[in-house]
Amino acid sequence: MTLDQVSNSSRSYIVKDIKKDPLMTKLIDMGLFPGKEIRLLFKAPFGDPIAIDVQGYTLSLRREEAALISIE
Amino acid sequence: MELLDLPGLYSIYPKSQDEEVVFQVLRQKDHRDHPDLVIVVMDATNLERNLFLATQILDLGIPTLLIANMIDLMDKDQVGVNLEKLSELLGGVPLVPFNARTGQDLALLKSVLLEVPLEVMPSPHTQEFMNLEEWNTGRQEEAALGEARYKRIRQILSFCQPLPRKRSVRHQKWDQILTHPVWGYLIFLSLLALIFQTIFAWSEVPMNLIDTVFLTLSQWTQATLPNGSLTDLISQGLIPGLGGVMIFIPQIALLFGFIFVLEETGYMARVVFITDRLMRPFGLNGRSIVPLISGVACAIPAVMATRTIDHWKERLITIMVVPLMSCSARLPVYTLLIALVVPDVSWGIFNLKGMVLMALYLVGFVAALFSALLFKWILKTKEKSFLVMELPDYKTPRWSNLGITMLEKCKVFVWEAGKVILAISVILWILASYGPGDQMASAIAKIPVPTESAQQADYQQQVKSVALEHSYIGIAGKWMEPAIQPLGYNWQIGISLITSFVAREVFVGSMATIYSVGETFESDQTLLERMSHQRNGLGKPVYTLASGISLMLFYAFAMQCMSTLAVVRRETKSWKWPLIQLVYMTALAYISALIAFNLLN
Repeated sequence: MTLDQVSNSSRSYIVKDIKKDPLMTKLIDMGLFPGKEIRLLFKAPFGDPIAIDVQGYTLSLRREEAALISIE
Repeated sequence: MELLDLPGLYSIYPKSQDEEVVFQVLRQKDHRDHPDLVIVVMDATNLERNLFLATQILDLGIPTLLIANMIDLMDKDQVGVNLEKLSELLGGVPLVPFNARTGQDLALLKSVLLEVPLEVMPSPHTQEFMNLEEWNTGRQEEAALGEARYKRIRQILSFCQPLPRKRSVRHQKWDQILTHPVWGYLIFLSLLALIFQTIFAWSEVPMNLIDTVFLTLSQWTQATLPNGSLTDLISQGLIPGLGGVMIFIPQIALLFGFIFVLEETGYMARVVFITDRLMRPFGLNGRSIVPLISGVACAIPAVMATRTIDHWKERLITIMVVPLMSCSARLPVYTLLIALVVPDVSWGIFNLKGMVLMALYLVGFVAALFSALLFKWILKTKEKSFLVMELPDYKTPRWSNLGITMLEKCKVFVWEAGKVILAISVILWILASYGPGDQMASAIAKIPVPTESAQQADYQQQVKSVALEHSYIGIAGKWMEPAIQPLGYNWQIGISLITSFVAREVFVGSMATIYSVGETFESDQTLLERMSHQRNGLGKPVYTLASGISLMLFYAFAMQCMSTLAVVRRETKSWKWPLIQLVYMTALAYISALIAFNLLN
């Protein structure tokens, strides 16, 4: 599944893969690489963008950006 | 020693324009800003991600000093990284723990800075940067390199960081409230209201003071220097022009003061977070909201505040539409015209005059959104819009930096925009003071000179009025009358439209000069009376509801502020964008005024 489908903020997921996209390297630069543990923190009104915890810091992502990240 | 502060970035590979600048400076050894030593300031509580950039810079083969900042928080979170070990594993690169908030150990840092060897640490990965020219084509490869780099960093950190950091939950409650679908927006709107109240309340006194100082200075030079055109130029062109620049300083300083505090506390990132979805359909993003709203105070600091938008197209769109927000300079114009043409009707607590004023602000905001939409379609870009952004922890702002930021913003404005504003106000003054041939002199000569001294003031005002009518601007005003007649205006309004280019509020003063009355219309009703008695060629009143609304719409939309144009030129680095702005806003103003006048007439 991909990160944009997550609605449960009580469990963590592991980044499995990042889809090929011009934003791919940006996501990796920001620390979202395969093997990283992440957790949904909260969503903005209308469910977009979302905020995730990346082992100690908080990142915000638009839904379409979160859709590039497959998790398990 | 010269220190150069580069824009912050997460990776050496550029993804926006300011990152491109850093990339060029660091990579090109012959670049004029290429440093002898790079100081990388890292967040000690988040070393894994911060080492990503740090190791990239080490690999570039430039002498580097690493600073582990926020070391107090690292101790508090008990992350416990062995920094000596880390430095050793990174090939012996100097690594200094630091706390910028308290500034303790600053002396130590300075001494390290002087002693640090300006030599390159051996790096096994320098290879990666050999053919960087091609990085743009090999995005796939870049991602793989990034992954490999993180693997290596994790390995290094596993030797010097026994416990991986746990997310501290101390700020989550705040986020729950500040990004709440109801409370989030309510808190944001109330904060805005509070900020604007404060800006208007606090800037009034200094603005009046600046006004008085320059008025006094102008009168003093007029009285002291020998009579002549040079004296007139200084006292009536140069000094008021300078005053016109300085008058914006209190609002700029206050607005940037507040923006600084919102940024520093981490709240601004949350505002971006909750407004991004709302702004996106219009080609804007969450970061556009602050400039747009700042535009209600003044477009100048608002345009300057768009620098936080890293996506160029979205930044440009924001700059292009910000001046449509009704700024405080439009208020005196609205007030005068509303008093003149809107009937005094009330329904309960709602007063028609108040409603019209509110409608003008709304209409500006709606026009800004729809113009943004238009630019979104027209402007093409390869850059992809994104909002992968860090939401920083909440912090108390560093107050010592508040003053520095405010001073810095004012300095930029005065130096950069000031030059253009000064030049144009001098030109406009010359055009308003001189006319072709001796038309002006002969027209003035026709006014009967009063014998009684009681009528002297009245005579002076008539002279001013006649002089303006026969100046180049007056002639231009009459010349453009056919063009503005369909909007319901006469040549007197034409003159005021031109002089308003100095600043919109000049409209009131110009009207007062043309109808030769005193300028303070709030306390003195003569201007209102004279204007309401104006008749056109057919004997009908000039200032009706139709022409008044038409004129207000014109002021709401037209780009009549050279200070804003000067700032837009500075921010976009070309005259192209301010010129486009001037044209599209004037067209919008003309068309909507034309429609309004014909519908209401």
